Amino acid sequence: MHHVVLDRWSRGNSPVHRRDPRAKILALAVFLIAVATAHRALLLLAPGLLLLLAATLIWARLPLAGVLARAAVVVPFAGVFALISGLAGDPARGLSLMAKSYLSALAVLVVGATTPLPALLRGFEMTGVPRFLLIVGQFLYRYLFVISEEAQHMRKAAAARGAAARDWMARDLRFRAAAGALGVLFARSHARAEDIHRAMLSRGFVGHFQPLEPIRFRRSDAAFAVLASLAPILVRIAVERAAR
Amino acid sequence: MTPLIEVRGLCFRYEDGTAALRGVDFRLDPGETVVLFGPNGSGKTTFVLHLNGLLSGEGTVRVCGLPVDKRNIPEIRRKVGIVFQDSDSQLFMPTVLEDVAFGLLNRGFDRAAAISRAQAALATVGMSAAASRAPYHLSAGEKKRVAVAGIVAMEPEVLVLDEPTASLDPPGQRSLAELVSHLPQAKILVTHDIPFALALCQRAVFFQGGVIAAEGTVEDIVSRFDWDFSFGGSKLRH
Repeated sequence: MHHVVLDRWSRGNSPVHRRDPRAKILALAVFLIAVATAHRALLLLAPGLLLLLAATLIWARLPLAGVLARAAVVVPFAGVFALISGLAGDPARGLSLMAKSYLSALAVLVVGATTPLPALLRGFEMTGVPRFLLIVGQFLYRYLFVISEEAQHMRKAAAARGAAARDWMARDLRFRAAAGALGVLFARSHARAEDIHRAMLSRGFVGHFQPLEPIRFRRSDAAFAVLASLAPILVRIAVERAAR
Repeated sequence: MTPLIEVRGLCFRYEDGTAALRGVDFRLDPGETVVLFGPNGSGKTTFVLHLNGLLSGEGTVRVCGLPVDKRNIPEIRRKVGIVFQDSDSQLFMPTVLEDVAFGLLNRGFDRAAAISRAQAALATVGMSAAASRAPYHLSAGEKKRVAVAGIVAMEPEVLVLDEPTASLDPPGQRSLAELVSHLPQAKILVTHDIPFALALCQRAVFFQGGVIAAEGTVEDIVSRFDWDFSFGGSKLRH
């Protein structure tokens, strides 16, 4: 399961993993801005930024090929718009869109794969992101696994009753069954949400999560934040100057 | 002797109009372990949700002499710990240790004390090695043990277990029975599992149609209501 792999990666022990999540969030924000606002020489800049992220992955002792492949999850989505740009006579814009989408996804994945989700959410909370939004994120992450397991069970139950037949009529039925299954899944998720809320109240939940481990921003975190934020800016300046 | 739980004339109706409880009287004394039997939908789970104020109906519910009302809710929830039927709904934190410490942090324990008590609770249920694991990586039996640890860590005076053996295999049921029998709290078990109830409970209460239809020993209630599948099971064989 995709998010289980990410969870395992995020609980590694490397200098990048040990950095304060706020330092990584700041570096990520700078990286994303540097990518989003780049227009000139993007096809030269992209390999430079990719190298930067690859070096971070090696430093974090993460499987380079695995992370690079998982970041490609955005390619089909960005690909549609790139294709439209290409067909509209602007292939350069299409390529640029693909490069920007992939690099942004990879950067987010690097941060996600080097920071356990609770720490990441805590970091976001301390940088001012609304707590309610973060709690929703945390619960979505926790119960994705349970809900997807329920969906798998329902799919098997439907298949066991012949939902896998391939003629046109059966396909029509299959769509209807899938729609019904989605409805049931929604109702179950709602019931589960109520159960979870009860379980939380019964253990004295007062509206906000108390972190078990405090987060401390050390000098090394400050140094990391400065260097990791400067790196994409310097790469961009160097590439743009060279391309003049 | 002041009862740990005293319920008089408890009535509750759900929003859709279903009358789930129609006048329940109940008492739990210190050191007792009581099982609640009864058909599905007879009001057992609805009843236990009243014991720490998760539902509120007409009638009186007192826990250690305190009436269950808004003012006393934090204190009541410290005294009555509920282990829910579906462990997945109870284990919502990212790691086992964080989940067990959740209630302690809510109670205002500092981090070091919460960690130390959570670790002790995990040791009690034999799950110390799983402290840093994610709950969704555990087996059903392990999840149930962690869910029990999350409640035991808060040192409640009454432990309520709702269908504790559902989805556990026989060794898991046996090991949970051993674990529960060693916990010092008074207990209320909601279960259909007769061997589990026989192993742990001195008294049984039978719910039917939202009222308590009978009370007695586990053997007495099981035989009066023909409540054991094995009694009639042999008749089904051809």
